[in-house]
Amino acid sequence: MTELGIVKLHEMLINGEITSKELIDEAILKSKKLQEICNPFVTILDDAKEVEITDSLLSGIPYGIKDNYSTKGILSTGSSNTLKDYVPFFDATAVANLKKHGAVAVNKTVLDEFGMGGTGTTGHTGVVRNPWDTKRMCAGSSSGSAAAVAAGVYPYALGSDTGDSIRKPAAFCGIVGYKPTYGMISRYGLFPFASSLDTCGVLTRSVEDAAIVVDAMKGIDENDETSWDSSNINLYKDLSSDVKGKKLFYIKEICNIENYDNPSEMLKKHLENFKETLKIAEKLGMSIDEVSIDKTLLNTILSVYVCISCAEATSNMSNLTGISFGPRGNGKKVIDMMKDYRTKGFSPLIKRRFVIGSYVLQKENQERYFLNAARIRRLITNKFKELFKEYDGLIMPVSSGVAPLLDNSNEMVESNEITVLENHLQIGNFGGFPSITIPNGMIDSLPVGINITSNCYEDQKVLNIAKALEDEMDYKNMIAGVKYE
Amino acid sequence: MSKYKAVIGLEMHCEMKSNTKVFSSARNEFSELANINVRPVDMAFPGTLPVLNKECVRKAILASLILGCELPEYMYFDRKNYYYPDLPKGYQITQMHDPVGINGSITIDCEGKEKIIKIHDIHLEEDAASMDHFSDVSLINYNRAGVPLLELVTEPCLSSAEEAVAFLEEMRKIYQYADISEADTKKGQIRCDVNVSIMDEGSTELGTKVEVKNVNSFGNVFDTINYEIERQSKLKDEGRYDEVVQETRRFDEETGTTIRMRTKADAIDYKYFVEPNIPKYKIDKTWVEEIRKSIPELPRERKLKYINEYGLSEYDANIIIKTKDYADYYEECISLGIDKKQAANYLIVNIIAYLNKEAISLKDFYLKPIYLKQILDELEKGTISSKQAKEIFNKSLEEQKEPKVFISKDNNQISDINTLNNIIDNIISNNINQVNAYKSGKTNLFDYFVGQVMKETKGKANPTITKEILKDKLDN
Repeated sequence: MTELGIVKLHEMLINGEITSKELIDEAILKSKKLQEICNPFVTILDDAKEVEITDSLLSGIPYGIKDNYSTKGILSTGSSNTLKDYVPFFDATAVANLKKHGAVAVNKTVLDEFGMGGTGTTGHTGVVRNPWDTKRMCAGSSSGSAAAVAAGVYPYALGSDTGDSIRKPAAFCGIVGYKPTYGMISRYGLFPFASSLDTCGVLTRSVEDAAIVVDAMKGIDENDETSWDSSNINLYKDLSSDVKGKKLFYIKEICNIENYDNPSEMLKKHLENFKETLKIAEKLGMSIDEVSIDKTLLNTILSVYVCISCAEATSNMSNLTGISFGPRGNGKKVIDMMKDYRTKGFSPLIKRRFVIGSYVLQKENQERYFLNAARIRRLITNKFKELFKEYDGLIMPVSSGVAPLLDNSNEMVESNEITVLENHLQIGNFGGFPSITIPNGMIDSLPVGINITSNCYEDQKVLNIAKALEDEMDYKNMIAGVKYE
Repeated sequence: MSKYKAVIGLEMHCEMKSNTKVFSSARNEFSELANINVRPVDMAFPGTLPVLNKECVRKAILASLILGCELPEYMYFDRKNYYYPDLPKGYQITQMHDPVGINGSITIDCEGKEKIIKIHDIHLEEDAASMDHFSDVSLINYNRAGVPLLELVTEPCLSSAEEAVAFLEEMRKIYQYADISEADTKKGQIRCDVNVSIMDEGSTELGTKVEVKNVNSFGNVFDTINYEIERQSKLKDEGRYDEVVQETRRFDEETGTTIRMRTKADAIDYKYFVEPNIPKYKIDKTWVEEIRKSIPELPRERKLKYINEYGLSEYDANIIIKTKDYADYYEECISLGIDKKQAANYLIVNIIAYLNKEAISLKDFYLKPIYLKQILDELEKGTISSKQAKEIFNKSLEEQKEPKVFISKDNNQISDINTLNNIIDNIISNNINQVNAYKSGKTNLFDYFVGQVMKETKGKANPTITKEILKDKLDN
């Protein structure tokens, strides 16, 4: 039953066709099986309790929480050895909001350590495998959440998105990944990676479910000064497939196959499939323009992202010293204890990013790297804000194809040609734009996705466009064929 | 005394008064109990976020306006990154790029001279936790973590330890008068970094600057400066001035010396960058004007008023402005119509002495100006003697009752000349023998007559008038 959508499950719960307990038991059972196949969970909450079914669509329905959300009384590791035994005494605001709606958490999902990574291979509990093909990755960092939702463990799981951490794994797992406008959901209790980019969000199997869940998660929060009042926004209630007359654009330099000297067969199929989706959009009454953007600007995206995110991360994670929480390091002097704790606790990937972050912030480098990155971030954001005055949204293919094989996974290996295609989702974080990925096809029996992004506070528009496309395609509520026996 | 000119700059950190901490909802108050004013953000638990306290911003702007600083257009904060066990986040939220005030100045009086001290900047930031070190263990108390701090940085324009302390005293008073801080060094609320260099008289070439960090009392600031001037001068005299290097030192209270902490080569790169969790916001001009209007009359303005308008001595004026409580009490007395000098005398001689003896503050002092007036009015009318006034003062405090209760008819002095004339005439006619003896030279009998009058009036005869009448009658 847990493979159904929220509205259907709610109806069945109200009618008494199923009970909350049955759903929770099923989700826990599936979690345990899936754990053996894909390793998506840090913790499975065997003692999750059913709750009273109320008018709230989420009441009594199980869900998963990415392990970088603080959960009261429940281990919250950030998938890092530095916090492998950390049990918070407070809930993240988003989690507390869902609790108020009667949502029942049944597991905590694996991420790339503290959200820093896009492979699902760097969590302290090991590699997360793609339920569509366990030889492949889920991407990350919301890897466990993506795998579990794709495998039908529950209708939704929480994610967080700093560069593309919700939207890329969603594409590789054939599900919906929604990152709302920055500040729509409070970040209080989300372990920070890069505060100016971090966004809470959700992974689901339909646009409708994404709207329902974010409606419950969002809201201004006195504990997060960057949160804003969205009480006049009702994403689910105002969800509409009427998108006639909407104007979309895509970026010529990365979507047109002619711009690639040696395109792989996969890339050809992927961009061809993208074009098919554009046709559907046109059929729905939307117009699509090809917009050219200076390649020089596009080529900066990844380095701007690296500079800003690594700089903020190295500062944000300076609280991890093993002094006031976390396992105490060894050493005679306090500074040695901190060093020991951090040396043992962090994976090499994170340490590399800390080094980059420190380097770009150093007095003698700051102007050249960090501050220039901030300036270019503003240039890019302004460029897209300008375009959003004319267009309702940006429509783009996600990544350069299907989920890569785990054997080939290495952060460094990426042909330069596809760098921008692999990283353009970061634009959404630079500007704080609402952005959603939905599945738009299958290539070699594996899912691929498209992304729709619009201007800040235009979440409804983004969801409506996604919903309209979703309705016209056959990939809503897809479940990866995991054998639960 | 050194033959060199000293160049001194101060960084004064002062804990602010507020209900809650600057970025946290934990209470901001001094507590003997460790780790009770703590919220998750004060210990930097993962996922916690800073929330700016508007009252602290208001007070920071107030301080900036008082110092005549330029305010920035936008309010935002920076992170100062470094590792230390008393700094739970691994960074301090402060203001580096756009402090709440720059380019200000303040006039102080030092050793009878006026001096303008230039302010480089003033900024709002958070305090670190405090630590207690023992032989085998150190304890961290997070009560202080996140307490609002105002850091004031002067230009290197001070030239002596006396000036430095006069400046600090003036700032302490200003913070207290404006209710920005209790500014209590005993509670560790003020800490200073002191920059000292020396140069040849008449030279324009600055010497090498030495920074002494975390000096926690004005006395230690004084000692630090004098020690550094002496140390640097001696090295210069001996031709070893190259041994004075740009470095950070600390003051050692036990030896009264300064000790090297780190040289410039080991200086920390704090990797400042804008705090992303507190949105940058425009400082509202109308709000600034409201704050400007709320600036109270400051200690130095009051002092000049007391001297120039009220005719007090500088010495007395200085005592009265020492705390805002004193000055407010004094001004209330004046507004009630009490004589300006009389009020000053009573405050300085009787009240402050009483407060010191009882170790209480003026706020807890029973005799409000309105009660003091009851006593001083009677004293002025001559209905009570100053001795009686003092007695009523004490009695009133002792029993916590209004002075007028003790100013009954019974203890009213008899100053009426006719009444006294009658009484004295009776006494003279009833003591002819003594009158004759007096007139024949036994002048020490004068006191006998005074005694008789007092006996007759139960001690209430005004002694001065009594003596005058007696002398008049007996000597003629």
